[in-house]
Amino acid sequence: MSFTAAAALVLAACGGDSGGEQSADGKIELTISTFGEFGYDDLYAEYERLHPNIKITPHTTGQGGPYHETLFTKLGAGSGLDDVTAVEEGHMSDVLAKSSRFNDLAEIGPAGVTPDRWLDWKYEAGRDKDGKLIGYGTDIGPLAMCYRKDLFEAAGLPSDPEGVKKLFESWDSYFAAGDQFVKGSGGTAWFDSASQIFNAMQNQLPTGYFDRQDNLVIESNPGIKKNWDQVTAAVERGQSAGLVAFSNEWNSGFKGSSFATKTCPSWMLGVIEEQAGPEHSGQWAVSGVFPGGGGNWGGSYLTVPTQSEHPKEAAELAAWLTEPEQQIKAFKAKGAFPSQVEALESPEMAEATNEYFGGVRDGELFVEQAHKVGSAQYKGPGDGKIQENAASPALQAVEQGRSPEESWQQLVNGAAQIAR
Amino acid sequence: MRDRLGRWDVKYSPYLYVAPFFVIFGVVGLFPLLYTAYVSLFDWELIDDSPSFIGFGNYVLLMSDPQFWKVLTNTFSIFLLSAIPQVIMAVLLAALLNTRLRFPTGWRIGILMPYVASLVALGIIFANLFGPNFGLVNGIFELLGLDRVDWQANRFASHVAIAIMVNWRWTGYNALIVLAAMQAIPRELHEAAVVDGAGPVRRFFSVTLPLLRPTLIFVIVTATIGGLQIFTEPKLFDAMPGSNNGGSTNQFQTVTLFMYQSAFEREDLGYASAIAWVLFVIIILVALINFLLTRRIASAGEGRR
Repeated sequence: MSFTAAAALVLAACGGDSGGEQSADGKIELTISTFGEFGYDDLYAEYERLHPNIKITPHTTGQGGPYHETLFTKLGAGSGLDDVTAVEEGHMSDVLAKSSRFNDLAEIGPAGVTPDRWLDWKYEAGRDKDGKLIGYGTDIGPLAMCYRKDLFEAAGLPSDPEGVKKLFESWDSYFAAGDQFVKGSGGTAWFDSASQIFNAMQNQLPTGYFDRQDNLVIESNPGIKKNWDQVTAAVERGQSAGLVAFSNEWNSGFKGSSFATKTCPSWMLGVIEEQAGPEHSGQWAVSGVFPGGGGNWGGSYLTVPTQSEHPKEAAELAAWLTEPEQQIKAFKAKGAFPSQVEALESPEMAEATNEYFGGVRDGELFVEQAHKVGSAQYKGPGDGKIQENAASPALQAVEQGRSPEESWQQLVNGAAQIAR
Repeated sequence: MRDRLGRWDVKYSPYLYVAPFFVIFGVVGLFPLLYTAYVSLFDWELIDDSPSFIGFGNYVLLMSDPQFWKVLTNTFSIFLLSAIPQVIMAVLLAALLNTRLRFPTGWRIGILMPYVASLVALGIIFANLFGPNFGLVNGIFELLGLDRVDWQANRFASHVAIAIMVNWRWTGYNALIVLAAMQAIPRELHEAAVVDGAGPVRRFFSVTLPLLRPTLIFVIVTATIGGLQIFTEPKLFDAMPGSNNGGSTNQFQTVTLFMYQSAFEREDLGYASAIAWVLFVIIILVALINFLLTRRIASAGEGRR
């Protein structure tokens, strides 16, 4: 028994490496790798029915971190990548920096796939500096603001949708409301973690950590330092709960009511429901007013690496999976929020509601948020890593009592090291 | 003809018999070692078509990298905090197990249990126990009227927490090795000491401990090599999932974790290889010191006998 299992594993591994060869029955085998929940399970069977000459072998990894580490190792090794390879938005900058190792989908993809299918910013972020289209957009994570109605009321803040609009109007008003809340609640934190706020602000800037010539501009871009000062000042005034996002303590923080607001991409509603649990049902609300306009956090792209032996067929599959109809099916299956204009306008989106958040029409709300996202900020190579491995720890250090100036230097040095 | 075959047999067969070890060692031991040295001389990115030769550039950079000195200090601090209490506790545990107990096998299996448990599971459980806000340890501190400790932010506290994790896993394993050595000590020596009027404590220090020296040296050397390569514990201890930073300011990052971060996060293979070699040399130096100590202690022990 265990031998057959091992043999099957070896065979599966070989299948993955061969990158889609003609199988014995003359079918073309396409491999596709995704992570987490894409909601594609039923779609593969449907595609095989529609295309009798195609056999799809999916590979799924649970966590995004190790998935992308493996992806870049295989990219470096020059073999082992699947015909269709999903890439998360945060890692897209590193993929675009190596765009010569990916096929231009505008060239090899089906002719019917036009830019206007997607939201502008989603489409743009899938293209490299020279305009090559590296990835078809799958889902997105438009940002809204989640908040605790009961905590707001107890601290003397307005909690109805109209009332909170003023609080979330701009980052200035957001931090001002934070002071009021901390005072009114007797010291409860306003937000979960400084890096969660800082990253949202960072992504709203016209220029990010890099300019279009890939120069690191962290020190010469005044917007970054301004955001830094604003967030760290709020931390020093007691607004941050200092809980590292997705850590165990952060999870416990939802149950323990450690903070009152949370930057909320569409997929975060499910996270909150799971972590806060039924005892907090109805206490959370979501507002469509997000400080500084809008933003996006999360979502992926489907790419076709040049390693693929059947790039045309692979691009066709990727194009089909990202069509509006399929995006809606994935949304219904696993809640992956669509990135295509037509899908966003569908009645399925307009009808969606969320009981945990007081029956709010969350589909409609997040569609509106998706249209508020500004133009795509250019992300140079290493952008995502600077955010995760330089900015987040530096902000955590401030939360742990280090001075903002010293930590700013840590961020600048860390960014320089990553960009080196 | 047959004669010649016979001569060849005598001459070459022994080499053939030992060849498997050397071939495997060459492929999985020596080659990676030398190739790492080769890579460390290049500015070599993970995805790099033409790495450029920079000689000892990586080493020069490493020697002036404050992060390297910080993580080296962390490594020695965690190593000392784990190795010393670990060896002392292992000897005491072994002494306890060496007395007449009921269910001796049960106790011995019991102290080995932490070693059998999955390291990753342990890491996650201990990281939860030492959580600054909702952790059990701080909860108990509060009950006892003590101050809460930020096990993540405080550099020394984080080292203590990680050392406790290491000790929890390795003390029982070392205790069993020491116990085996204890049981090999001839009974006559103890009996002679009893006749001379020595109590149990005196016998422990004057008979048991001196005869344990060679075993203790072995335990200390393996603890040194393991202790300087601690990786999983600090990686899982970090609050940020999957992080290689070893805390917000690298306050509990170890050399191996730094090496891993350089290779697979910053994708700087040349630099990571240089770190690997420097760590290799450091371990050899420490092992050499231990070896010299062993010889001195062993000969001193003989002289006294």
